[in-house]
Amino acid sequence: MQKGAVLEMHGICKYFPGVRALQDVDFTLRTGEIHALMGENGAGKSTLIKVLTGVYGKDCGEIHIAGHEGPAVIRSPQDAQNIGISTVYQEITLCPNLTVAENMFIGRTKGIGTNWKMMNRRTREILDSLGIPATPKQQLGSCSIAVQQMVAIARAVDMECKVLILDEPTSSLDEQEVEKLFGLMRDLRAKGVGIIFVTHFLDQVYAVCDRITVLRDGQLVGEYVIEDLPRVQLVSKMLGKDLDDMADIKKESGIDESVVLEGTPVLEAKGLCSNAGIKPFDFSIQKGEVNGFTGLLGSGRSECVRAIFGADRVTGGEVQMDGKSVKIKKPLDAMKNGIGYLPEDRKGDGIVGDLSVRENIILALQVLKGFFKPFSRSQAEAFADEYIKLLEIKTASSDTPIKSLSGGNQQKCILARWLLTNPEYLILDEPTRGIDIGTKIEIQKLVLKLASEGKSVTFISSEIDEMLRTCSRLVVMRDRKAVGELTGEDLTQSKIMDTIAGGEAK
Amino acid sequence: MGSAVDKNGRLKERTSISDTNLLLTITVVVFFALYLSAVLLLGGGFTKPQNFLNILNNNASLIVLACGMSLVMITGGIDISVGAVTCLVCMASAVNLEQQGGSMFSIIVIALGIGLAFGAVQGFLVAYLGIQPFIVSLAGMFFAKGMTTIVSKEPVRVTHEGFLAVKETRITVPGLGSNNKLGEYIPAYVEVGVIVALLVVVLLFCVLRWTKLGRSFYAVGGNNQSANMLGINVKRTKFLAHILCSLLAGLGGLLYFLHVGSGDVANGAGDEMNAIASSIIGGTLLTGGVGNVIGTLFGVLSLNTIKRIVSSLGFDEAWWSNITVAAMLCLFLVIQSIVLLRKKK
Amino acid sequence: MSEQIRKPEDSLWKRLTRQQLFIPVAALLLLVVFNLVADPSFFSVSIKENSLGNPVLSGNIISVLDNASELVILAIGMTLVTASSGGQDISVGATMAIAGSVILRMVCGGEVTADTLHMPILLAVLVGIVVSMCFGAFNGALVAYFKIQPMVATLIMFTAGRSIAAWINNNQLPIMNDISFKYAGTFLPGIPVPTPIFITILMIVIFWLILKFTNLGLYTQSVGINANSSRLNGLNPQMIKLLTYVILGVCVAVAGFMRVSRSGSINYSRIAENIEMDAILAVALGGNDLSGGKFNIYGSILGAYVIQFLTTTLYKYDVPSTALPAYKAVVVILLVVLSAPVVRERMSRIKKAPVKTEKEVA
Repeated sequence: MQKGAVLEMHGICKYFPGVRALQDVDFTLRTGEIHALMGENGAGKSTLIKVLTGVYGKDCGEIHIAGHEGPAVIRSPQDAQNIGISTVYQEITLCPNLTVAENMFIGRTKGIGTNWKMMNRRTREILDSLGIPATPKQQLGSCSIAVQQMVAIARAVDMECKVLILDEPTSSLDEQEVEKLFGLMRDLRAKGVGIIFVTHFLDQVYAVCDRITVLRDGQLVGEYVIEDLPRVQLVSKMLGKDLDDMADIKKESGIDESVVLEGTPVLEAKGLCSNAGIKPFDFSIQKGEVNGFTGLLGSGRSECVRAIFGADRVTGGEVQMDGKSVKIKKPLDAMKNGIGYLPEDRKGDGIVGDLSVRENIILALQVLKGFFKPFSRSQAEAFADEYIKLLEIKTASSDTPIKSLSGGNQQKCILARWLLTNPEYLILDEPTRGIDIGTKIEIQKLVLKLASEGKSVTFISSEIDEMLRTCSRLVVMRDRKAVGELTGEDLTQSKIMDTIAGGEAK
Repeated sequence: MGSAVDKNGRLKERTSISDTNLLLTITVVVFFALYLSAVLLLGGGFTKPQNFLNILNNNASLIVLACGMSLVMITGGIDISVGAVTCLVCMASAVNLEQQGGSMFSIIVIALGIGLAFGAVQGFLVAYLGIQPFIVSLAGMFFAKGMTTIVSKEPVRVTHEGFLAVKETRITVPGLGSNNKLGEYIPAYVEVGVIVALLVVVLLFCVLRWTKLGRSFYAVGGNNQSANMLGINVKRTKFLAHILCSLLAGLGGLLYFLHVGSGDVANGAGDEMNAIASSIIGGTLLTGGVGNVIGTLFGVLSLNTIKRIVSSLGFDEAWWSNITVAAMLCLFLVIQSIVLLRKKK
Repeated sequence: MSEQIRKPEDSLWKRLTRQQLFIPVAALLLLVVFNLVADPSFFSVSIKENSLGNPVLSGNIISVLDNASELVILAIGMTLVTASSGGQDISVGATMAIAGSVILRMVCGGEVTADTLHMPILLAVLVGIVVSMCFGAFNGALVAYFKIQPMVATLIMFTAGRSIAAWINNNQLPIMNDISFKYAGTFLPGIPVPTPIFITILMIVIFWLILKFTNLGLYTQSVGINANSSRLNGLNPQMIKLLTYVILGVCVAVAGFMRVSRSGSINYSRIAENIEMDAILAVALGGNDLSGGKFNIYGSILGAYVIQFLTTTLYKYDVPSTALPAYKAVVVILLVVLSAPVVRERMSRIKKAPVKTEKEVA
C-alpha cells in the first residue's frame, strides 16, 4: 500500500447480466482527506461503493485497507463495519419501526443483551452535540426524512471508523443542514478519517473536498487534486467530451427560437395539484414546443408531470386540451387524450422486465386498442421491427426479454412504446438518466425532431445544460412549488441556478 | 410532524406511541371489552373465574404456537406448518409412550427433536435459499400430515401412569375459587401446561425486548435491506426465527398432548389458522416489524372468548367456530391493511 | 456499460434444459419409463362393464386422464392467479366444497335424499359458478385492493370454506340419486370414455380461445411483472388481479361440480382434500415462476397430468392415500429448491466456470 493511504482498491470489476458496471477501476483514499467520487448517473459510483461495503460481491480486483495484512475480504456490510468502513447511503437505510436510539446502535453492540439506558443516554448526547431535532425513544418512522438522514450520519460518525462513505447524503438536507454536515466532515478529517463523498452538486465538491476521482461508463477517468481541476474540466471529464465539442444541436436541428408560439395551447393546466404533495401550479404547452421542468431532486418536477398524466391522484385544478376541458383521473384517460409519459424510474415504472422487447413496445398501443382486440403476432412484429430499426435499438431479436438489454436500449424501447401511440404531447421524465452519452444525444435530437413535426414535448433532466440544449421554456420548481418560468434570454445556466436556489445563491 | 421545539431548538421529550404499543393497546382493550360484554350480556358462566382459567387450560398449546408464529411474523415471514407439527408430535409421543415404552423424558426429546428438524429445514430453505416462507411451510404442513398417518393411522390413547399423573395435576389458584350449586367451595385451578405456556410468553417477551437477537427480529421485519446495511446478519436472524417457531410448535404439540392425552390425526387441526389469527388480532403485522407476544396472548384470549360467546348465543355447531375465526381474521387483516395503506400516504 | 456481453454458444443439452416444458416432460418420461420397467401392464386398457351394464374403457391410463380432470381445470385458473398476483390461492379445495354443496342443494331442493332433479343441472351449475365467482371476487378484493399477500388472504376461505359448505346444507349430506346428475362425473350413456375427460378438453379449448382472442395473457403477465409500469400504460392492475381470481372461481365451480357429480354426494371435510397443494404443484411443475410474471398455461396442464400420474403410480404400489401428502411435499420442496434463484445461480456458476476467462478478455 502507498504511504498515507487508508484504503486502496485495485482493478475492481463488476458485471451485471448484460452490463459491465465496473471495469478495472482503481481508487485510493488517504488518511485525513475528503475525496469526491464523481461521475454521471450510471458511471459506476454507487456500484463501486456497494462493492466496497460488501453489498455486492466483486468479480475481480483487490481491496486493501490500512492495518490489515493482505487483501481485505468484504462479503457483507458487517465485514465492512468490522474493518472500519461506515456508510451513509442516499436512500435511508435504517429501520423505520425501531426507535432512534436503536437505529444508532443496532448491529454494533457487543454481548447478547440490549442496554436501553446506555443507548438512550449516548444517543441523547450525540443528537445534542450534532443538533439533530429528535429524541432517542422516538420511533424513527415518525421523524422527517431529513432527520432520518441526519440520524444515519450520526450513526456512521459515532462508529470510530477509518473510512466514512457519504453516498449523496445531501439531497434531502437544506442549506443549514448541509453546512452542519460539512463542519462535521472537516472535524473528522482533522482526526484522520478518510472520507469518500459522492454528490451531484459541484458547489459542494469545491467547498469541502481535497481530491476528486472521476468515473465514466464504469471506467476510471483519473484522480485529480482539486486545485488542478477547474469546474469546466471536471464536467468535461465526467461527460467524456470537451464542452466545445458538444454541438449545439438546437441550432443544428434548425428550430428558430425567435418564432413566438401562439394560439390555443395543446395542453393547459390551471391550479393542478395531486396527492403527491405539490402545490397548485399552472402550466401550458403549445404545438411544436419543447419545454421543461427543472429543480433539484425532490423539488416536485416529476410530481408535476405525474399529475398531468394522472399517475398520481389529482386533488384539484383543471386541464384543458386544445381549449376543451378534459378529465384525467388515471393514466388511461391521459393516453386516450393523446398524452404519452416516459417515467423517471425506468426499472420500477417503465419496463416490464420479463416481457419481450416486442411486447414492451406494443403495450401502450395495445391497451389503447382494447382488451378484446389483440394485435396479431405478425402485426406486433412489424411494429416492433419498425421501431427497433428507427431508433437503432440494439437487441438480439424482438423476442429478447427487455431486462437483458442495456439501460440506453431499454429507454429507447419505452420511447418506441410511446412513439407508436403517436401522441400529440409527450412527457419525458429523465429520459437520459444512466445511459451512455451517444444515446443521450440521439434522444435529445429525437425530441427536437418531434417538435419540428408539430408534437409538443415536456423534457425533464437533472442536467441543466441538456435542458438548455432542448427546451425553449423552463418551469423552475422549488419545494414542490413552481417558483418561476424562464424563456429566451433568461435561459442561461446561471439564471436557472439562481432561480432554483431562490435568487440568493452566489 | 408538528413536534414542539423548546428554546434551545431541541425537541421536547415526548413519548410518541410506537406502532407495536398502539396495536397492543387496541388488542388489550378489545379483549376486555369482549369479556366485559360477555359478562354483562350473557352473565352466567362468564362470571366464574374458573371459566376464564379454562380458556387458558384449553389453549395452553395454542398460546405457545401463536407466540412462535408471532416471532416469525415479526421477521416478515409466516409458518403454516405449526398445526400439523403439533399433530405429528402428539401422534409420535403417544406411539412412543404406548408402544415403545417411552417415558416423559423421551417424549420431550421427541417433541423438541421434531420441532428442531422442521425448523432447521424450513429455516434453511427460507433464509438461505430465499424461497417464499408460505410455500415452504405449506409443504412442511403436508409433510407433517402425511408423516402422522405413517406413524399411526389409528388414534392412540395413552395409559402411561407417569404421563397421566402429570396430565391430571391441577395447580390451584389461591383466592379465585367459587361455590358450586351445593354451596361447596371449589378452588379454581390451572393445568401444568398453562404454567409452561405463561413461562414461554414471559421468556419470549424478555428475548424480544432486551436481547440483540430480539431486536434483530424487529429490524429484519422492518426493512431487511436496511437491517443488512446496519450490520445485522439477516439470513441467520430469519433462520433462528424459524428454528424458534418450530421448536415452539414442538413444545406446543407436547402441551396439546398433555391436555388431550391421545394421539389422533385430527389433533391440532386448524391450529395454524388459530395461531395466525391470534397473532394478527394481537397486533402483529403480517408485513413484519411490529408485534408483541403479550399482544399475542391477548389475541388467543380474545379469539376464544369470541368463540365462546358465539357458542353461548346458540350457534354451537362445529362449523361456526371456523367461520368465527375466519371472520375475526378477515376483520383484523382489513383493519391492518387500511391502517398501513393510510400511513404510506 | 452499454455493450452486451456475448453469450457463448450453448450446447444442445443446455438449450433443451432451458425450455420451459423440460421439467414436466422429463418427469412424465421418467414416470412412464419407471412403470414400463416395473410393470408394463400398467398401460393396458380394457373394456369393462360398469355398474349400469354399459361397456366402458378401463385401465390406469384412463384413470389418470379421468382423475386429473379437476386438477387440470384448477391448474389453469391457478396459473393465471399466480401470474397476476405473485401468489397462490390455497382455498380452492374449500371453495370446491362450497360450489359442490351449492349445486347439490339446488338439485336436491333441500332434501337429504332426492331421487329426482329439483332444478335443471345446467341452472344449478350456473348458480354454483356465480357463487364461486363471488368467493373468488372476495379473495381477489383482499389481494388487489387491501394488498394482503394472496396466500394469507385466501387462508380465510381455506379455514371457513368447508364450514360454509356444511352450513349451506345444514350440515346434512344430501345424496342425489337421479342418474343424469352423475353423467358429468362418470359416463354418458353409450360413450365408453369418462365424461370429465371431455369437460377438461372443452375447458382447455375455451381458455385457448380466450388467450388467443383477448389480451388476458399480456395483461396478467404485465401486471404480475411490474404493476407500476402497467398502471402507467393504462392498465388497472387491481381490476386485472381481481379478474384472475374470479376466473379461478369459475374453474373451481366446474371442478366442484365434476367432483360431486362423480358420487352424487358430498363429504365436506374430505372432498377435494389437499387439492390446493396439487394445483400449486402443477403450476410449479409446469415451469411457471411461483412469484408471478410470465406463465405457460400448457405447462401447468401437463404438470397436472404428471401429478395425477404420480398419484396413480403411488396408489398402485400401495401407498395409503393419507400418506400421499408427505411424498408430494418432498417433490414440491425439491422443485422449489431447484428453481430458487440462489441455487440456479450456483449451478450456472459451476457450469460457467470456463466462460469467465472470456469475460476478462472482453
